Amino acid sequence: MESIIKVTHLTKVFKEVTAVNDLSFTVQQGDVYGFLGQNGAGKSTTIRMLLTLITPTEGEIEIFGYNLLRHRKEILQNTGAVIERPDLYKYLTAYETLELFAKMSGIRVSRQSLMEQLELVGLAQRAGSKVRTYSQGMKQRLGLAVALVHNPQLIILDEPTNGLDPQGIADIRNLILMLSQKLQKTVLVSSHLLSEIEQIANRMLIIDRGSKLVEGTVSELFSPDDTVIYIETADNNAAAQLLRSGEYSSSIITTEASGIELKLRKDQIPALTRLLVERKIDILGISARHSLEDYFLKITTANQHVEPFKN
Amino acid sequence: MWSLLKIELFKVFKRPRTYIAFIAVWAIVTLIQVAIYVDGAKYMDFVLKDVKDNFDVIGNPLNGYFVCFIILQTLLIHVPLLVALVSADMIAGEANMGTLRLLITKPISRTKLLLSKFLASAIYALILLIWIAILGLFVSMLVFGTDGLMNAKSYEIIILNGNDIFWRYICAFGFAAIALITVASLGFFFSIFAENSLGPIVATMSVIIVFTILTTLDIPLFQSVKHLFFTSHMIGWKGFFEMKLDADGVSIPGTIRNLPAVLKSAGILTLHIVLFTGAAIFIFKRKDVLS
Repeated sequence: MESIIKVTHLTKVFKEVTAVNDLSFTVQQGDVYGFLGQNGAGKSTTIRMLLTLITPTEGEIEIFGYNLLRHRKEILQNTGAVIERPDLYKYLTAYETLELFAKMSGIRVSRQSLMEQLELVGLAQRAGSKVRTYSQGMKQRLGLAVALVHNPQLIILDEPTNGLDPQGIADIRNLILMLSQKLQKTVLVSSHLLSEIEQIANRMLIIDRGSKLVEGTVSELFSPDDTVIYIETADNNAAAQLLRSGEYSSSIITTEASGIELKLRKDQIPALTRLLVERKIDILGISARHSLEDYFLKITTANQHVEPFKN
Repeated sequence: MWSLLKIELFKVFKRPRTYIAFIAVWAIVTLIQVAIYVDGAKYMDFVLKDVKDNFDVIGNPLNGYFVCFIILQTLLIHVPLLVALVSADMIAGEANMGTLRLLITKPISRTKLLLSKFLASAIYALILLIWIAILGLFVSMLVFGTDGLMNAKSYEIIILNGNDIFWRYICAFGFAAIALITVASLGFFFSIFAENSLGPIVATMSVIIVFTILTTLDIPLFQSVKHLFFTSHMIGWKGFFEMKLDADGVSIPGTIRNLPAVLKSAGILTLHIVLFTGAAIFIFKRKDVLS
């Protein structure tokens, strides 16, 4: 498979602060590549280097097989981006905004084509409204339309769901999935939320303090054996007794008055619930948590100053 | 490049702030014209009080050319502030809005982006000057009529014939265009360092005020260097309203007394434009955009 982005030993030093440290990764064609890390981990600095906003101190970036600094124009002609907040010209309408950035990208786009782009992000009805009247979610969708207006092959999204309400987050997630699955775009999307990335990405990279911690496919990282569930029943003592006596005894992590935590494979969950129901123990709730989340929190909070609160 | 320039002009003239300058100029010019229309005779008496006993004033000294001269003397001190409002906002305003990073991710070079922005601010300054010319010169000619122009200086009074003035105004406005573009380039230069436009606007005006004070003060320390200050050359347009004298000390119509000095001032201002704009491009090309 063709590499769309190839980053090799990338480093950025701001005065005495190393924001990105010897980072290497590869994004393949068709990937939705999740770029994960806590705030200040170096995600935005890396993305800004990919978009020529910041010059690397060391290292090399190749996009579409070309060196970024030597072939900047050709690469950016085929790249669309939304960087952090969706900041646009508040005094322009959505249509004017899209037309302006299409021209800046060096392409002529018909009115119909621009309206189709706005339709794609659900803003066709508000095409004539000034951006200042838009909600945060609408601005973010318009930002995405701006990134797509010149039909780029690669789309780079830096924290695209920041500041959005749940509906706005779902809208952006659906748009990213549509871009990847329907329009065959390669997408690099950064976030500090694992839950967001795991729903859309097929590959991911976790960084902390500018350095790579782990990279791989989501299926590799989310091992089915490592699923942790928390189960609440009407009688947790009876449930705990039942599970300890049977095949689930080795799966139990903790038993508390409020519920039981178990580590098991996803395909074991139906049998577990059936067992509890057969023994007339009412299930009040089951929540699943991947061990990757624990891993992510563990490796990325190791250096925080405030210890996690434990009741 | 033309396409980029059109985009920048579109953005400049879409912003309500841009029109503040046009409204301000209209208000100031109209106020001056109304004041002179209502009370001009008294004003002329005051101007001519020292020479009235020795000279007969024939014709209409309070004509459109004279009114325009007063307007230019008043406005060309304040117009730089109005120009700085737009030029100093060109980059800093984009950084403040958060749109600068979006512009830089587009497939255009930073040099072209900056040049198109600078040209847009220069065109804005030119349009503002044309607006001043329409209101200050043409409306004044229409309202007050035309006749000879009396240019009263501290040590002489220069009388220009009515048919020897219009071309001088065209030249003066051309010179003023260079002066205003110099201010625009200074504001533009400061604009690349800031993330909101207030700082560059204040910095531009501070430089103009400080240099103007240094230019007017007769302090020996600054005498030798003040010809290098661009503010010393911004009033060079007045040179177009002085005539050469013949051997008998009589003015020669259709001449400019010290054309080389006027051209030198224009050249120094142009050099400043190149310097400020070139420095802005040089620095911005290497700048990390963190806004």
